[in-house]
Amino acid sequence: MEKLLYITLFAPLVGSIFAALFGGCKKNILAGIVPSALLFIGTIAALIQLSAVLDGQVISATMFEWIASGNFRVDFGFAADQISVVMMCVVTIVSTLVHVYSIGYMSHDEGFNRFFSYLSLFVFSMLVLVMSDNFLGLFIGWEGVGLCSWLLIGFWYKKPFATWAANEAFIMNRVADLGMLVGIFIIFWQTGSLKYTEVFALVKSIDPAILSLAAVFLFIGAMGKSAQFPFHTWLADAMEGPTPVSALIHAATMVTAGVYLVVRSHELFALTPDVSFFIACLGTFVAAFAATMGLVNRDLKRIVAYSTLSQLGYMFVAAGLGAYWVALFHLMTHAFFKALLFLGAGNVMHAMHDELDIKKMGGLYKPMRGTAIMMIVASVALAGIYPLAGFFSKDKILEVAFGTHHYILWAMLLITAVLTAFYSFRLIMLVFFGRENYKEHFPSLHPHEAYWYMLAAMSPLAVLAVIAGFFEHSLTALLEKAMPIFHPHMSTDTVMMLIAVTTVAVVCSISFTLYKYNKGGFSAELENTFLYKLFYNQYYIPEFYNRFLVIPYTKLSEFAWKKVDLKIIDFVVDTIALVIYKSGEKSRHIQSGNLSGMLRWMVFGLLILIIFAALYSPIK
Amino acid sequence: MISINHYLILSAMLFAIGLFGVIRRKNLLMLFFATEIMLNSVNIALAAISYFTHDLTGQIFAFFIIAIAASEVAVGLGFLILMYKRMGSLDLDNLQIMKG
Repeated sequence: MEKLLYITLFAPLVGSIFAALFGGCKKNILAGIVPSALLFIGTIAALIQLSAVLDGQVISATMFEWIASGNFRVDFGFAADQISVVMMCVVTIVSTLVHVYSIGYMSHDEGFNRFFSYLSLFVFSMLVLVMSDNFLGLFIGWEGVGLCSWLLIGFWYKKPFATWAANEAFIMNRVADLGMLVGIFIIFWQTGSLKYTEVFALVKSIDPAILSLAAVFLFIGAMGKSAQFPFHTWLADAMEGPTPVSALIHAATMVTAGVYLVVRSHELFALTPDVSFFIACLGTFVAAFAATMGLVNRDLKRIVAYSTLSQLGYMFVAAGLGAYWVALFHLMTHAFFKALLFLGAGNVMHAMHDELDIKKMGGLYKPMRGTAIMMIVASVALAGIYPLAGFFSKDKILEVAFGTHHYILWAMLLITAVLTAFYSFRLIMLVFFGRENYKEHFPSLHPHEAYWYMLAAMSPLAVLAVIAGFFEHSLTALLEKAMPIFHPHMSTDTVMMLIAVTTVAVVCSISFTLYKYNKGGFSAELENTFLYKLFYNQYYIPEFYNRFLVIPYTKLSEFAWKKVDLKIIDFVVDTIALVIYKSGEKSRHIQSGNLSGMLRWMVFGLLILIIFAALYSPIK
Repeated sequence: MISINHYLILSAMLFAIGLFGVIRRKNLLMLFFATEIMLNSVNIALAAISYFTHDLTGQIFAFFIIAIAASEVAVGLGFLILMYKRMGSLDLDNLQIMKG
């Protein structure tokens, strides 16, 4: 069993190194196929481990003693328990499919080999994050995925905005990671260990105030990685990267690491109800906040990114209200349908030659039937219509909110569900149906369907987006061995009524959208209203950050550079060099090559030495 | 009565003359003579101190120095002749080929 664990973990690393060997060469199809095949093997190993942990067993392996210094001892250990195995399966399945898809998507790109090297390295880092059996290993993986995210957002490094977005994501995550590091320090300070099993055995004995502090700091780390307010701006800008990257990293896996952290540390968060309630409130806020931004955006990928942000909010609500398994469940279903949505968006982008404005599309259903059908499936799943995946997980979150008597949160989430349905179908309507606007903007464009194997890579995701909801009971059966399974106490009638209310609201929203966009959409006057402008400019938050953080910091840096660095530090260093240089220049004439001149200098030196010897001689 | 001081003063004077010659002279051959004077001034001092302290070591040293100085002069004069053939002069002011 240990071998399977190592196979899952190291297969992507081997793939990454293999692809990296071709880094400097021209496109080599092997650099795409070999990592994909290795990942497929890793996926199978992960699935075997899933079946192995079903009966409550935990697969663990310690590679070596990592750090041993005084009382501080950390092993380089990995474990596949019931929580991590769910993540492992989601990560490996989605990343295998995205790898196969990328072979087609990146086929005309110069950096083909480089891309696969980064992508596989990302999967390896993500698996380290998920499979580590201690907080330090998790942190290493956490930083690893951050690095790979940076590499991949800025993959097209010749585009200035891509490098800017990559730096923004990296720096914002660094700020949040500091919080996480402090949280880990507090945990070590209080328990003397970093291994999950040892830490969670001791959390009950920690002073609640300090425990809350640890929870808060850990959650700050989670906020950064999962792009929760106020660290949310990087996620939308991260869409500058290649679309498979958005699908894998910025929808299905990396951004859910924050949710995973909260679920992983559920024993800690369960003891801090205040922090947990804050998490739920923030999650609700972000869910609604991001959905409103998605309503009006025109950028195909950004809409999907805001939707991701909104769904992450949902997951945090579930985790904050104590229903950790629901958070993990929604994480899983969301990974499938959101990756599908992004890959579909990638096909549309290819067909439209990288145009992203959905107002310039329309009527793409005819030339791209396969993509259109899969994106519609994903959107229905996202909106939460029975029997697709989103229905089960999202309704469960609404039930939890209602069942724990947080009616305000429930109402907000219900409204968000309505908004979600609206923006998903607005996207579908504007891209695939209606007037063919692209004919005006790009007269020479003939949209074409993607390669068959790209659609083939998407189809398993489409199937999973349809059926993943039915895994609910097997998931609870699996997870109840690792965590308490939270079920709100409600009568069947209430549950049925809730489901009815949600479904009716969502269906109404979808019908309204379909009707409205069939009629030609909203009038242009709406774009002049205050709310539209507010949503379209993302509540002016990027503007605010730019004006109050970026510009003052730039000015401070300029000051430090021009005044402190150049005028003080460089000046001192330069003066030392100048003194030595000048003295050398002056004393150069001694080396005249004239023997008698040199002998004179020698005698002169000898005399000085004699004087010194006479002055300081110990014999008087 | 001649004491050790007389010998040492003689030695010092000879050394000073030699040193002056090393500094002032421009001819390489004269420089050799000057160094010989300095070597011999040291020999005088060694022999004198050896005589007055009744220790033969100093005189043996002086012998060695004479022997080595003789071989050194033999080699050095050979070089000088060669140099004169090459450069056509032994004036130090004309022999500046390693100017910094």
